[in-house]
Amino acid sequence: MTRSLRGRTGGAQRADALFRALAAGCAVLILAVMAAFFVRLVLSAELSIRHFGWKFFATTNWDPNALEFGALSSIYGTLASTVIAMAIATPLSLAIALFLTEMAHPAVAKVAGNAIELLAAIPSIIFGMWGLFVFAPFMAAHVEPVLAKTWNAVPLLNLIPLFRGTPRGIDLLTSGVILALMVLPFISSVMRDVFLMVPAVVKESAYGMGATTWEVTRRVTVRYGVYGLVGACFLGLGRAIGETMAVTFVIGNSHRISASLLDPATSIASTLANEFAEASDPLYLSSLVQLGLVLFLIAFALQVVAHLWLKRVAKSMGTL
Amino acid sequence: MLKRLGVAAAGAAALCLCGAAAAQGKMVNGAGASFPFPIYSKWAHKYNGLTGVKVNYQSIGSGGGINAIKNKTVDFAGSDAPLTKDELDKAGLVQFPMVIGGVTLVVNVPGVQPGEMKLTPSLLADIFLGKITKWNDVNLAAANPGLKLPDLGISVVHRSDGSGTTWLFTNYLDRVSVEWHTKVGCEKSVKWPAGIGAKGNEGVAANVKTIRGAIGYVEYAYALENKMCYTQMRNRNGNFVQPTIEAFIAAAANADWKSAPGFYMVLTDQPGAQSWPITGASFILMQKERAAKDLETVQSALKFFDWCFAHGADMAKELHYVPMPENVVEIVKAYWANELTVGGAKVTP
Repeated sequence: MTRSLRGRTGGAQRADALFRALAAGCAVLILAVMAAFFVRLVLSAELSIRHFGWKFFATTNWDPNALEFGALSSIYGTLASTVIAMAIATPLSLAIALFLTEMAHPAVAKVAGNAIELLAAIPSIIFGMWGLFVFAPFMAAHVEPVLAKTWNAVPLLNLIPLFRGTPRGIDLLTSGVILALMVLPFISSVMRDVFLMVPAVVKESAYGMGATTWEVTRRVTVRYGVYGLVGACFLGLGRAIGETMAVTFVIGNSHRISASLLDPATSIASTLANEFAEASDPLYLSSLVQLGLVLFLIAFALQVVAHLWLKRVAKSMGTL
Repeated sequence: MLKRLGVAAAGAAALCLCGAAAAQGKMVNGAGASFPFPIYSKWAHKYNGLTGVKVNYQSIGSGGGINAIKNKTVDFAGSDAPLTKDELDKAGLVQFPMVIGGVTLVVNVPGVQPGEMKLTPSLLADIFLGKITKWNDVNLAAANPGLKLPDLGISVVHRSDGSGTTWLFTNYLDRVSVEWHTKVGCEKSVKWPAGIGAKGNEGVAANVKTIRGAIGYVEYAYALENKMCYTQMRNRNGNFVQPTIEAFIAAAANADWKSAPGFYMVLTDQPGAQSWPITGASFILMQKERAAKDLETVQSALKFFDWCFAHGADMAKELHYVPMPENVVEIVKAYWANELTVGGAKVTP
């Protein structure tokens, strides 16, 4: 009896060790793939890095014919469209998540919650085509002229040329709005889950002290879940920054930087999608790979910043 | 009983192996330009039904096709922009034209019907250079007496992806406008001075259709199939012509293929009263020398091309392509006989 038990324990220990090694191997594999990815990108981009140096990040000139490449317009378009998307998606997602958890009837919350998750399952090419055929003409006809008129009628504001030029619907603004729609379901469903994890006891005690719904939301729910909320935003951000197909369809793919949101722009991902297939010159190809490297580094930097910031938030909130 | 079954199974397996080997010999792989893809795949489908030979053409873009044939991963490549004789010799390739197509200007201007607007080379260059920005510009009005042009901004739409269509279009502008030549030049993707970029012919077509005041360039078939508002162009002889199959044929007929080494021939801005000025051939690239074991594959490919030249004309016209004129086909066949070798020996279809 004791012998057989010992034998079993030994077998279980071996299995345990094996499982641990397997799990560790999987984790290391991810790191190895990331590292290999980075090294490969640097190696393929070497030609362009050597040829252009820092100028690559400082110029907007993208001329395949003269073989002169500058990434600034692509970087600008990537960041600007992401900022627009997050500026729209974050408050909306917060409102949706709060509505679903705090205010809506459970039956309504369930249906609406499922509908939002369904939105997340739509492939990005569908968003792109819908953007091109339906949403861009709508923006050009109804939204952008009104925005431009309102903005340019306000003194001082109209000195900032944010809404100048012909509203065509194919521009930075439209791509930002489409991106917002795409990341909205991700952010709001994670936020909803975060709110659902707030223990009912904590909320009830706040209500018991006579707090209103708004007070409970602001002082208890949001505070309790801030870690998860910021995490949800970064999840959306990560998705928005690398989105390719939907953006390519509506951003206008123009390697220029303009102050107006109504002008076409380009993003790193859409430039890659557009130009990779026909880039035959080694320097052209290398420059495109370097663009990919830049996107890789931006995404990486965002993750690092997110973690550092979350640590600070956690400290100041005293939750961790 | 079991034994007999085993023998039968082995026999069947052997038969399968033979079949696979035979099918492999009758498989021709190609890749490249997307512009001729519809007609190549139609020809391949029909030819497969008639002969059992499988011609597999992947539309991955001219650049990708050229790389593939240089790396010897395909039997032939398709390219919209011809390689020069030097480039061909350096890579050990041969090149011949397979089919002809045209690039059409399409506009979205309220009140203007298909074929009504007249454009001259300099007007076209100035529009795409961003120098003419309104449809009621005096120079545009002067070229279009009788046409009521609105006070509407011009939105230029160009391809955002590298493409043979862009190469052909910029090649034309490069030839007719000194300013375009110095500022932009001719390439598969260029630094556009103005406008918005859209992916693919379908992207340009969709953008032109939805943006009021837009002008773009698409392949002829797209303009027809999407019922778009195409324009007339003034050709080299000074005549305004409509984009039609006949106008593309006229441009090709006047070309002097015989004295073009490696068939390096760009059909833009060709002389002739009826010639459409933005016409171009799509080319096939093959390796000049193949090993003896590839004899069957090379012959299959040549037989297929030969069949396309002989029997593919109607199918091409159905899809709004122009088949190669007969005199050019003769030159191509002579070129095969002179240039292609398999295992050091000449090869014919």
